[in-house]
Amino acid sequence: MSLIRKERPYEKAEFAPKPTWIVRFLRQNVLFQFYRFIMINIKMIKLIFKSHK
Amino acid sequence: MKTIAVLGGGVSGHTAAQFLKRKLGKNHRVIVVTPNAKWNWIPSNIWVGIGEMKKEDVTFELAPVYKKMNIEYLQAKAVSIHPNGQDKDNSPYVKIEYTGQGKVGQQEELKYDYLINATGPKLNFHKTEGIGPEHGNTVSVCTYDHAEHAFKEFNGIIEKLRRGEEATIVIGTGHGTCTCQGAAFEYLMNIDHKITSLGLKDKANIIYITNEARLGDFGVGGMHLKKGGYITHSKVFAESLFAEREIGWITGAHVEKVEKGTIHFEQLDGQKRSINYDFGMLIPPFSGVGITAVDNDGSDITEKLFKPNGFMIVDADYTGKEYKDWSAKDWPQTLQNPEWSNIFAVGIAFAPPHAISEPRKSVNGTPIAPTPPRTGMPSAMMGKAVALSICDMIKNNNTTPRHTACMSEMGAACVASTGSNLINGSAVSMTMFPIVQNFEKYPEHGRSLSLTFGEVGLAGHWIKTLLHYLFIYKAKAKPLWWLIPE
Repeated sequence: MSLIRKERPYEKAEFAPKPTWIVRFLRQNVLFQFYRFIMINIKMIKLIFKSHK
Repeated sequence: MKTIAVLGGGVSGHTAAQFLKRKLGKNHRVIVVTPNAKWNWIPSNIWVGIGEMKKEDVTFELAPVYKKMNIEYLQAKAVSIHPNGQDKDNSPYVKIEYTGQGKVGQQEELKYDYLINATGPKLNFHKTEGIGPEHGNTVSVCTYDHAEHAFKEFNGIIEKLRRGEEATIVIGTGHGTCTCQGAAFEYLMNIDHKITSLGLKDKANIIYITNEARLGDFGVGGMHLKKGGYITHSKVFAESLFAEREIGWITGAHVEKVEKGTIHFEQLDGQKRSINYDFGMLIPPFSGVGITAVDNDGSDITEKLFKPNGFMIVDADYTGKEYKDWSAKDWPQTLQNPEWSNIFAVGIAFAPPHAISEPRKSVNGTPIAPTPPRTGMPSAMMGKAVALSICDMIKNNNTTPRHTACMSEMGAACVASTGSNLINGSAVSMTMFPIVQNFEKYPEHGRSLSLTFGEVGLAGHWIKTLLHYLFIYKAKAKPLWWLIPE
């Protein structure tokens, strides 16, 4: 076993999921990310209201 | 007229002082005692550490803000708390020692009716030989000065990579009992982004070293997230981020000693190993700041007010339960000290009942497990809840706090953001609710799956940038500051 698990074939990091091109594209796509910005903010606002007593 | 003394002017103490003054007005005194002249939005220190911001962008002078809000400000540190007063005068007071305002070293007694301990952590660099920017061989991003120094050192590595030389960069936790893995993780992501964007990644070997037993623990035992139609553990999420970026990782590690160029550590399997490095940023372990408590006859009663690690005792269950018996109910609700009803502790200053992650020891008996994170969003919420409780107690003349800020009933957000502009940035955005798993309420995973999520993308970078400006606006007490949530 390698001490430092850097991505190399047959080592542990090889089994971690990696994003496909479409996922990587959407992560940087301004329109899609604007939609995610709204959705994440809604989730965070819900979380904040649920946290305050 | 009542006097409320707030020890500490960081996120939790400053929030508490702001709400106290807003609610109590001119009829009562609010006094902030802090050794610092500046307020610091600590989450953005990460950006100072990679040169995307200057320290002036993440700090501001406290004195003008407190003058505007009619809050008294003493640039001093607390030395001892005297909750029963002295001799026959039973008025409680704090002994303080000035660190500025032209009175450096002078001591003074500050009488109070209510006391909030919001002193934050002592950065315990000395617990691991050779870590820290002042007397050690690694850098830190825990303060704005540390972050500025880290950037200078990092620049040296960039120059080395530009010359075509290889360099190993190690980021992580500097002791088996560290907390704040989120800060190390965010700095790691920023270092990787910077090196990649400069086209130098092929020469850099970037490694994360952590006391977490597995990636994605973050000191909260990890979390479960809905991803692609599955419920997956944050270990998978974190490993994916590391594998995508070709970042190596060493888990379950207690850093024992750091020599120039070599980090020595022990892992959960009991093996002692070492790794060579060129640039290292290791978070130190935290402890309380070392305030003592003294009774009115002069006897030491520190153990009645503080745990041995220096954190203040509050309304938590400290019975020392086994891991299998831990409960959400162990965590404090009102943050009031059980012996003195006019004393509270918020943020890092309160003593947690136990860890959140499963406690682990190496086969040699060395504790290697994260201690609970309680910075940022939860610490501000605690500051506000305690401020509102004290306002009620003053107005209703009773000793029962009505507002709560329990970590097993509140959520937190962590946005690890990289990039310098609004188009090419990215971020790992994570939220969890609640911070401490509440298996009584959420039997399967301990947390709400709708409010616990993680995703990667540009949107998180926008959120982090927005939060930076919003929280500094709020801390400066600009118009309608109180509308911005914690």
